[in-house]
Amino acid sequence: MKEYWNPWIERMPVSELEKIQEKKLSDLVNYVYRHSVFYRKRFDEAGVRPDDIKTLEDLKKLPFTYKSDLRDTYPTGMFCVPNEQLVRFHVSSGTTGKPTVVGYTQNDIDVWTTSLARAMTSIGVGRGDIVQVGYGYGLFTGGLGAHYGAEEVGATVLPVSSGNTERQIELMQDLGSTVIACTPSYFLFMNEVSNTAGVSIKNDTNMRVGIFGAEPWTEEMRTRIEESTGIKAYDIYGTSELSGPLFTECMYQDGIHIWADQFLIEVINPATGEQLPDGERGELVITTLAKEALPLIRYRIGDITVINREECKCGRTHPRIMRVLGRVDDMLIIRGINVFPGQIEAVLMKIPQVGEHFMIVVDRVNELDVMKVQIEMTDEAFSDKVNDIMALESKVSSSLKHVLNIAVKVELVEKGSLPRSMGKAKRVIDNRKL
Amino acid sequence: MEDKIIKQISLFAENKPGRLANIASNFRKSGINIRAFTIAEAGDFGIIRMVVDRPDDAHEVLHSAGFTVSETNVLGVEMEDVPGGLGKIADVLGEKNINIDYAYAFVTKTEKALLILRVNDIEGAILVLKEEGIKLIDMADIQQI
Repeated sequence: MKEYWNPWIERMPVSELEKIQEKKLSDLVNYVYRHSVFYRKRFDEAGVRPDDIKTLEDLKKLPFTYKSDLRDTYPTGMFCVPNEQLVRFHVSSGTTGKPTVVGYTQNDIDVWTTSLARAMTSIGVGRGDIVQVGYGYGLFTGGLGAHYGAEEVGATVLPVSSGNTERQIELMQDLGSTVIACTPSYFLFMNEVSNTAGVSIKNDTNMRVGIFGAEPWTEEMRTRIEESTGIKAYDIYGTSELSGPLFTECMYQDGIHIWADQFLIEVINPATGEQLPDGERGELVITTLAKEALPLIRYRIGDITVINREECKCGRTHPRIMRVLGRVDDMLIIRGINVFPGQIEAVLMKIPQVGEHFMIVVDRVNELDVMKVQIEMTDEAFSDKVNDIMALESKVSSSLKHVLNIAVKVELVEKGSLPRSMGKAKRVIDNRKL
Repeated sequence: MEDKIIKQISLFAENKPGRLANIASNFRKSGINIRAFTIAEAGDFGIIRMVVDRPDDAHEVLHSAGFTVSETNVLGVEMEDVPGGLGKIADVLGEKNINIDYAYAFVTKTEKALLILRVNDIEGAILVLKEEGIKLIDMADIQQI
């Protein structure tokens, strides 16, 4: 098994990486200024010229790009190449508004594939592995992204796509899949379905690695997955606007490696837009250094994270982003207190009696926000004594209150009654929005 | 001693319309007969407890229907259906410091009353009740009710 996909790049001294970044950044601003009406206008408005950008320090002078820019220029108004140079389109689901369109040149697809090939190699996935891709194929980037990456490293791909859960489990057993790529919530659902059918993923399959992303998840959820299914669970990161899934953790599971020769990252204060020092939590901003069709300059991803530039134990020198806690727009404000669904997940997953699925319901009662968390208990936790169950509810409620600092009503619901997801899990029902 | 232990089926149900109907219809389809039944309700949820003629089958049926269900060991005590019947049993257990977690009772066709008991020390309770000559019924009796 290879240790690195491209050891020269992946272990390059930071100073050399920075030189590559500076050269590519300067090329990029010239390129977008020449090829995109959108960027030229945006730069002119900000009073910045491509010649002003010479060092990484100069990055701060560039204006931000937002998801709304992609929407306002729908479908292809921000593209830097004519349509005949594109080999593919992907379109976002549009769950939070108008969909966004991303176009790819052949080179863009190759850069995407290489990024995932490095990532998969870093978690020991390669020739001899059977990668079951349970992310959706089609307009969603997850399926094809993981597919191309897995092919590139020489693995055998099983393109099941999402859904068809019984079939997933049957194929897992019959073909001996060793790697699963899907959302963590879908894998938990698979585990539930297979247990009901009397199949243990831990004992009856060859599954050893999970590549989980497309929704925020927590360390506590990782522990749950690894313990109940016997696999190693890795976080994969990317967004449809950038390409799709692009980066993963390495075997040390200590942050997601962002390939510095292809992407520049910053963390900013979401309110002021100011760059924050490494180690401080803020909003992730990414600049694509190698994209042709739709380069993004200082793109406000909206995910909340922390940058770690220390060399990883695996020997890779590229910066890492530490586990994404949630998105700026997922943040709930309950009675003036900021709450991320991830914080709730982290609390719940530490309580062994609580099952893997949960739902946060927010209401406004008499002008006051009221948060309720619905949970299912595990079969083992069920007691036929009312007191035991009420004690569980109050244990969960006080653990949540301890972490969030707000009163949370906990409601136990019947097993199977919370929605199971085959893609991104929906965790919040906010009834306050009219 | 084992044969005096009755398997009670307990299940978790949300307190909302249609839940009981769902359970009943699963039993009807499988020909399972309920002998004793009670719901302990606590706000949003309830715990349904029942003694049925075929507990293992009932457990299987409810589990595959997706319910959170368990089997609990309880005692079935035969009481004279006369005033003071319950008191005697409670006295005997209380004297030996055995706590009754919960209980429910019904009257059988044979002019006896049947008390279902969950206690904190089931083996102790069996010994004490036997010493006092109180009859405990077993699963075979349940099937014949």
